[in-house]
Amino acid sequence: MPEATAGRRPSGELEASVLAALWAAGAPLTPAEVQRVLGQDLARTTVTTILTRLHEKGAVARTRQGRGYAYTPTQDSPGLRADRMRRELEKDEDRRTVLARFVSGLSEDDERLLRTLLDGADGADGPAPGSIR
Amino acid sequence: MIYAIWAPLLVPFLAVPVARRLAPLLAPRAAAWLLAVSGAVLAGCTTAALGLLALEGALRLRPVASLGRLRLPLLADGVAASPPVAALALALLAATAVAACRLLLRLLREWVAARRHAPAGGGGDLSVIDDGHPDAFALPGRPGRIVVTAGMLRALDPAEREALFAHERAHLAGRHHLFLALADLVAVCHPVLRGLRAPLGYALERWADEAAARAVGDRTLTARAIARAALATRAAEGSGSAHRRPRFAVAATTGPVPRRVAALLGTGEPARPRSRALRRVAAAAIAGCLVFSVGAALDAATDLHGSIEVAQAAPEHP
Repeated sequence: MPEATAGRRPSGELEASVLAALWAAGAPLTPAEVQRVLGQDLARTTVTTILTRLHEKGAVARTRQGRGYAYTPTQDSPGLRADRMRRELEKDEDRRTVLARFVSGLSEDDERLLRTLLDGADGADGPAPGSIR
Repeated sequence: MIYAIWAPLLVPFLAVPVARRLAPLLAPRAAAWLLAVSGAVLAGCTTAALGLLALEGALRLRPVASLGRLRLPLLADGVAASPPVAALALALLAATAVAACRLLLRLLREWVAARRHAPAGGGGDLSVIDDGHPDAFALPGRPGRIVVTAGMLRALDPAEREALFAHERAHLAGRHHLFLALADLVAVCHPVLRGLRAPLGYALERWADEAAARAVGDRTLTARAIARAALATRAAEGSGSAHRRPRFAVAATTGPVPRRVAALLGTGEPARPRSRALRRVAAAAIAGCLVFSVGAALDAATDLHGSIEVAQAAPEHP
C-alpha cells in the first residue's frame, strides 16, 4: 500500500510529490495543508523540511501566513518556457521520438471504452482510498 | 551456398509478423527484450548481407580486385552478385548509413532541446511546465527527469500523481529511451522492421505500468491514473486546440491506452489454454528465424572469403 512505503521513500521523490501538490493546488498552501492533501502518513516536520529545502533551491516561494509560511511554486520566465517546450513537443507530434509519453491520443471509441473501464473499476472496489473527486 | 546471402534480407518478412504475434503473449519486459533483440539481430544481418553483396560485386572489377591482391577478379559463376545487384546493394547500404546518421542527429537534437527547455526545477526529479494542457513524459539524461505540465498535475489526485511519477521513473530506470532509439534505428535498416516499433512502444508502456502498479501497490489506482490522464488530455484537445493531434482524429481499432488500462484491471482478454502452446511455437519460430539469419550471413561471408582465397592463389591471368 502507498501509505506503508511513504515514510521510506527517497527524499527526491518526496520533494517531487510536495512540489506537485503545490502546482495542483493553484493557491498558496501551508505545510499543514500540504500534509492533508498528500494524505500519506508524512510527519508535519518532514513536510516542513521538504518545503524549506524546495524554498532554498528556489522551486517554491513563500509568504508569511499567521505564525508560519504558505508556499507557491515558482517558475522562471513562466509562459515563455512553456511555449517553447510546447513548440518542441508539437514539432515531434507526428514523428517518432525517444521521449515516451505517459498517454497517447484517444479515438472516440477509446474514450467510450475507457469511461466504461473506469466506471467498472470504481464500482468494483468502492470509493478507492486515493479518489478525491 | 549461393543463396544464403539473400536469406537475411528475406527472413524479416517472416520473423516480424511472428514477433508481433508473440509479444502480446509475453510479460511486458520479456516482450520488449524480444522485440529489441529480434530487431537488432535482423537489422545487423540485413546490413551484413548488403555489405557482402556490395563487396562481392566490387571484387569482380579488376581495379578493386588488384587492391585486394586478387590475381584475377572473382569468377562470375559461384557468386550471387551481378554488377547491377551489387550496385543496388551499395546504394541501399549508403542510403541506410545516411538515414541512420540523420536519425541519430535528429534524436540528439530533440533530446538537447527538451533538456534545455525543461526547467531544472529543484523539486527532486520533477520538472514542471506551467502549461494547462495535460502532458507528461520521461526525459532521459543524468539525472533523468519527469517532465509534467501543470495541467496534468491538476487533472490527477495525489495518489494518481504518484502512479504517474512511478511510471515515468520506471521508464528512466529501465532506460527505455534506448529501446525506442534502437527500434527507430533498425527500422532504417529494413523497411519491414518498422513493424516492430509500435509493439515495442506498447511493451515499454506496459512494463512501466506494471512497475508503477508495484511501486504504489495498487493496480486499480494505476489504471485510473492512466485513464484519467488520457481523458483529461482528450478533453483539453476538444476545447479549442483540436489541431493538436490530427493523426488520432480517425482510429478504427482500439488504441493502446484502453488496452493498458484493461490489462491493469485484469479485464483484458482472458488467457486462453492454447496460448501457452502458441507461445512456445512462436518463440521457437523466432529463435529459428534469428539463428537462420545469422547462420546464412556467416555462411555467405565464409563463402565469399573462400572465393577470395581461391582468386588470390590463382595463377596470374595472361
